[in-house]
Amino acid sequence: MINSPYIRKPASVQSVMLQVLLALVPGIAAYVWFFGAGILVQLAIASAAALAGEAAMLAIRGKPKALFLTDLSAIVTAWLIALTFPPIVPWWLTVTGTLLAVVIVKQLYGGLGQNPFNPAMAAFCLMIVAYPALMSQWPAAGQLDFKTQLDLIFGGARQVDAITGATPLDALRTALRSAASADSELHGLRASQLMDGPAFGALGGKGGEWVALAYLLGGLWLIQRRIITWHIPAAFCGALFLTAGLLWSVRPDSFASPLFHLASGGAMLGAFFILTDPVSGATTARGKLLFAAGAAVLTYVIRAFGAYPDGIAFATLLMNILVPIIDMKTQAPVFGHKKD
Amino acid sequence: MLRKLFKFHGGVKPQTNKERSTTAPIAPVPLPDKLVIPLHQSVGGPPRPLVQRGDQVFKGQRIGAADGNLSSAVHASTSGIVRDVLPAVMPHTSGLTTLSVVIEPDGEDRWGELDRINVRAATPDELRDYLRDAGVVGLGGAVFPSHLKLKPGKEGSLDTLVINGAECEPFITCDDMLMRERATDMLKGISAMRHMLQARDVLIGIEDNKPEALAAVQAAITASGEKGIEAIAIPTRYPAGGAKQLIRVLTGIEVPHGRRSTDFGVQCFNVGTAYSIHEALEHGRPLVSRLVTVAGNVNAPRNYEVLIGTPMDHVVRLAGARPDTDRYIMGGPMMGVRMPAFDVPVVKATNCILVGSPALFPPPPPEMPCIRCGECAKACPADLAPFEMYWFSRARNFGKTQEYHLFDCIECGCCSFVCPSHIPLVDYFRFSKSEIWAREREKEAADTARERFEFKNLRQEREKQEKAEKLAAKAAATREKVAGETATPAAATAAKPSGDDAKRALIEAAMEKARQQKAQAAPKNVDVTSPDVQAEMAAIDARRRAAEHPTEAPPPPPAGQA
Ligand code: SF4
Ligand code: SF4
Repeated sequence: MINSPYIRKPASVQSVMLQVLLALVPGIAAYVWFFGAGILVQLAIASAAALAGEAAMLAIRGKPKALFLTDLSAIVTAWLIALTFPPIVPWWLTVTGTLLAVVIVKQLYGGLGQNPFNPAMAAFCLMIVAYPALMSQWPAAGQLDFKTQLDLIFGGARQVDAITGATPLDALRTALRSAASADSELHGLRASQLMDGPAFGALGGKGGEWVALAYLLGGLWLIQRRIITWHIPAAFCGALFLTAGLLWSVRPDSFASPLFHLASGGAMLGAFFILTDPVSGATTARGKLLFAAGAAVLTYVIRAFGAYPDGIAFATLLMNILVPIIDMKTQAPVFGHKKD
Repeated sequence: MLRKLFKFHGGVKPQTNKERSTTAPIAPVPLPDKLVIPLHQSVGGPPRPLVQRGDQVFKGQRIGAADGNLSSAVHASTSGIVRDVLPAVMPHTSGLTTLSVVIEPDGEDRWGELDRINVRAATPDELRDYLRDAGVVGLGGAVFPSHLKLKPGKEGSLDTLVINGAECEPFITCDDMLMRERATDMLKGISAMRHMLQARDVLIGIEDNKPEALAAVQAAITASGEKGIEAIAIPTRYPAGGAKQLIRVLTGIEVPHGRRSTDFGVQCFNVGTAYSIHEALEHGRPLVSRLVTVAGNVNAPRNYEVLIGTPMDHVVRLAGARPDTDRYIMGGPMMGVRMPAFDVPVVKATNCILVGSPALFPPPPPEMPCIRCGECAKACPADLAPFEMYWFSRARNFGKTQEYHLFDCIECGCCSFVCPSHIPLVDYFRFSKSEIWAREREKEAADTARERFEFKNLRQEREKQEKAEKLAAKAAATREKVAGETATPAAATAAKPSGDDAKRALIEAAMEKARQQKAQAAPKNVDVTSPDVQAEMAAIDARRRAAEHPTEAPPPPPAGQA
């Protein structure tokens, strides 16, 4: 029987997810512009794999397929996977990563709404541990034409070294480390000088900074649409800026500038699209601030001192673990119990 | 002077749908063939019937006497013959029956000898008793006996008397029309209340989508020349008309759940109640009719002055229900309750008969799992985290639901309204509340609230217990006597009782521990007696009985997707 309220706002999971996908479109467009159309192929592969994996699991678990396949949540996961993996990983790697995310991290934990970990980020971590080399090849902007990209995605033989590009983050860290050692040819160069190389743009990586900017735009639109709140992006960017700024102001020669950190890697994607995943993230206002700030500091630490190219994925998972306790400890006072 | 208004958290803005029912003035309703007047129409004890079959009654004659102070009288709404005093279906979703007086009107609608009171000479206590016997209860929907709320707090006076003309529920316009057409009389009622409460200021809160009502009330205030009364436009946002939300908006005070607002120097009454108080004090007329909005799936939505006891379909007919009508809802679309039949009577709580159809109020899309998007928390005017309470309600972890302040939920429905997963959140909360009350009742702890609430049960239980104790004492005495007589036997038997004692001590310790644990697990926020809590308890109790009623399924399906 239906009880009150008898009226409802026209809202649905599907429309929420659809808006998230739409907000990713500017970023994807910039991605294609600077790095080639290969990413579109990856998006398609990941989407297909996600839907297939989801359909199979729904069938096994006896859940209504039409309802859950059209909620678009699997597509969001798929797109985040495609956008965080290097664009030239072989197709089977994208498929494996997506299936891991959808089948294990999401469906085995109970499906939509039940997963404690961000599926896309869990897949990223598993894949980078399993295939560190493949997961660390980042072509520079304009380096590869579409045909080469297709060959790399679908072809067998791989010329790993020839196309090896570390991410700008990686490159800078490596360069900074060798600049610090006396017997390197880079010895004595400052971060700003190191960033004159062809891989770098005005702020972050060449091309990458524009993609980041496009993600930022999409993210701001999500805030304006009230799909996400400002807390997580603001806290993440703020904390990343402060942490990076602190070390940079102490030793500008050995650390990248805070703006570089914000414009590089997955920072914008993380701030607006990954950490804001409602299911695995914190839900209270104060909790969101803590959650995102924690993720930012961890991201920075992994970037600056770790061995992986970017730290967003690990930082997200680590903070996911803390979500229940963060949420519990940050419940806002209820009506009539505020102390003001 | 512009007054500083305060905001309450959350709230929603559903389509108001109020325009159509305010185009025509309040209309009278022709006498129906029969009136069915339930005796129990307010929070508190059910009144005792004062008439029997065959009696001749006048309009305004008392037919149900208040049962103690927490109760309110009921009157014949027209003159006629009592055809029956019997249990009849009441206007509640449960379809349960309640003792009702069936009156066949004689068509003359003649008032009897009216019981008058000299307002100036009467003491406050006399006035309160008078209002109780005039059957005046809160007409905003809570039907709490008004005389009980007309006591100033401990200090003997009040800072602010808040008058609720917000009327935030979509479709409902009876308060709007009352203010437009009867502002002067309403204001006189307010003055009387102000006097009884010794209130310094009076603030009349009206949502800003009712400019005509606001203007009418302001004009009436100016004409009366009374100082310290102000009609204030407040932003239109559901549930601004919730008493707590309105008090917050107008005064900035947040009255916590379970506390009396008078402890904070505020009291709140609905505009319709103010009008009834005027009718009673000035003209000696008890509450025998009220304004009812008929809206929704009808050709001509309108407000009617309806005699209590009039069958709903008799009124709806006047507005022209459309053929696809499938239900009547008493109240608005956010909090209204579905009626079990079309001919249930209009009662004092009936502010609106919302006529529904599948097209107007379609069933919600399929329920999806919660994605923790937090929309519900953003919309909750009580600052709760509905999705957390939902989670624990489903798991039947009721202790946890209370840690998340389940009982602070005012069941406004905002959370269900916004949820993108279409989860009937408030159904889960109603369900949890009734479960908790049921458990509480089983536990029969003896706090005052429930002592009144279920006094009889408690007393019987105590008597049983006392009897058992007496029996036990007697048995113990006999045992001792026997033991004393048989004290001589050898040491072997002497050792045995001590073993028994040890065992008993152990068992007792374990039981004591269990008792303590149970006490700890007991709800923390249910031991209170403020009007809203009593109203809530009454509502929950009714639901509870509904759930136990064999023909009715229990509230929500607690299963659902895993
Ligand atoms: S609005 Fe619905 S889906 Fe969103 S958190 Fe609340 S219950 Fe969950
Ligand atoms: S029904 Fe209860 S939980 Fe839901 S919004 Fe209203 S007060 Fe909050």
